[in-house]
Amino acid sequence: MAENEIAAAEAAPENPLRTLGLAIAAAAGGAVTEVELARGGAELVLRARRDSLIPLMLLLRDDPRFAFEQCMELCGVDWPEKPERFEVVYNLLSLSHNHRVRVIVTTDGVASVPSVVGIWPSATWFERETWDMYGVVFEGQPDLRRILTDYGFEGHPLRKDFPLTGFVELRYDEELKRVAYGPVQLTQEFRNFDYLSPWEGMTTLPGDEKVHLNRLEGPKE
Amino acid sequence: MSSQAIIPAGEAAESVTRAIEVDSHTINFGPQHPAAHGVLRLVLEMKGEVVERADPHVGLLHRGTEKLIEHKTYIQALPYFDRLDYVAPMSMEHSFAIATERLLGIEVPERAQYIRVLFAELSRLLNHLLNITTYALDCGAITPALWGFEQRETLLEFYENVSGSHYHANYFRPGGVAKDLPAGLEGRIKDWAVKFPAFMDDLERLLSENRIFKQRTVDIGVMTAEQAIEWGFSGPCLRASGCAWDLRKAQPYDVYDRMEFDVPVGTRGDCYDRYLVRMLEMKESLKIVHQCLAQMKPGPVKVQDNKIAPPKRSEMKRSMEALIHHFKLYTEGYHVPEGATYTVTEAPKGEFGVYLVADGTNRPYRCKIRSPGYAHLQAMEVLSKGHMLADAVAIIGSLDVVFGEIDR
Repeated sequence: MAENEIAAAEAAPENPLRTLGLAIAAAAGGAVTEVELARGGAELVLRARRDSLIPLMLLLRDDPRFAFEQCMELCGVDWPEKPERFEVVYNLLSLSHNHRVRVIVTTDGVASVPSVVGIWPSATWFERETWDMYGVVFEGQPDLRRILTDYGFEGHPLRKDFPLTGFVELRYDEELKRVAYGPVQLTQEFRNFDYLSPWEGMTTLPGDEKVHLNRLEGPKE
Repeated sequence: MSSQAIIPAGEAAESVTRAIEVDSHTINFGPQHPAAHGVLRLVLEMKGEVVERADPHVGLLHRGTEKLIEHKTYIQALPYFDRLDYVAPMSMEHSFAIATERLLGIEVPERAQYIRVLFAELSRLLNHLLNITTYALDCGAITPALWGFEQRETLLEFYENVSGSHYHANYFRPGGVAKDLPAGLEGRIKDWAVKFPAFMDDLERLLSENRIFKQRTVDIGVMTAEQAIEWGFSGPCLRASGCAWDLRKAQPYDVYDRMEFDVPVGTRGDCYDRYLVRMLEMKESLKIVHQCLAQMKPGPVKVQDNKIAPPKRSEMKRSMEALIHHFKLYTEGYHVPEGATYTVTEAPKGEFGVYLVADGTNRPYRCKIRSPGYAHLQAMEVLSKGHMLADAVAIIGSLDVVFGEIDR
């Protein structure tokens, strides 16, 4: 989020979301590592520790000050360059107070995230989907099957290192007399255009790194 | 189909003792079944004709929309939303358009907001017309479907008038709408809106007090308010259980805060209530349509910034700058500043959310689509347990599932 937006939100003395975020952080006792306001103070984002996710979620649901009765959405986001590459994002909604919160925990591909299915049964399919798409394991989820991909699918397609075209494709096999999987064959090489304009976005042109460094840090002398 | 009467051998004909053996077995409902409303494969564990366990298998229509969007510019990503809930396409576009606008930090002109609200409500009517009538079809009534599709056709013609297409509208854009309403359309919508209540009365007469329809739906698939909340219900399904929750009222977007309408709420949370809530919602939508038409004033329909909204075709004939803007927009697109938003709208089926993560480039880094039907369908087991097989059909119909949005 743009710093100036957050600064503006902080400058405004009584942003109710900020007060709410701080109240949650105080009540959660260390489970919340960061309270952010996204989109110019209009959305509350909490970054939480994975191991204390369940007590935090129980607090969010059961404390009458917060009362997030509904888990509307749960999804993964992949940031391959970060040490803990997967974010699991929970979007909670309180019907009684009419506010929302976004809780984010991170994990690498190995460590499991505690399942919130005992708190909100609606998380079942969302967790299954996150497992299917990103390979994030949810501990305590009784029904961790794939959901959207085909039976017997391999891989986790929404990971950033999974190619858009996939690895296999379906075609009718004349010999087997049925539809069968085969390796993907592209009639044209997959094209991924780089639209980052050298005039605006790309600051380091190939072979031009020295100029760029000078521009950033000033000439070395 | 599952109970067999076994008459023990050697028994006299006059004193028949029957041992009825009921075996539990699994049946496969769909994926090609007219009452499955699309490609739903429902594995039902039955005890006799009673549903013990229902396990919906979804994903047969999975097209990887979220992955595809990550490889498209924001302008190119929008048409994918028409293909999610193909029953009410513009409602899906609405969430994505608002999400992008929020990340860009732009304000949409007033007329565009009115047009979007107008067409969002027409989409709601489109959706409810299809749902109610095909739901009636599932429960044995054919006439509503025949009548309803005629009305849908009229509404789809309005779609075509503004966007050139019946379904794949691509009309709501970040920054406004693609084009202004063509001349005379406001009058035509008004004429239709005046005539429509007569159709509503006919439809109500066919269904609301229909004995067969009520036998098939009253007290079937009951969801209490607590259950509906914990299962993540939203929209008409939540309201039928007695929660007066409507995002158009609670968290208004566009010009919904200027609209006067009521939120119909059910009391029992059964299939019949879900039908009634949709029926009443159509009347409320009609009120909003009238208000939009009355309040709308001429004006621009998209932001004036040509870095986001394309310039007029006439300008491009004369202005080099306009030509450059046009070229840049349709090749590179615009760059959206870093940030994330979870933006929701009250789609006809419930809360349709877009969790959009932008990383400062011209493509979404992540676009998670939260479809209401996905949350509703997973409660299938809770809803259908202990009901008959035929009731499972009524429950699917009342949940209003469309696989375009569930499978994505």
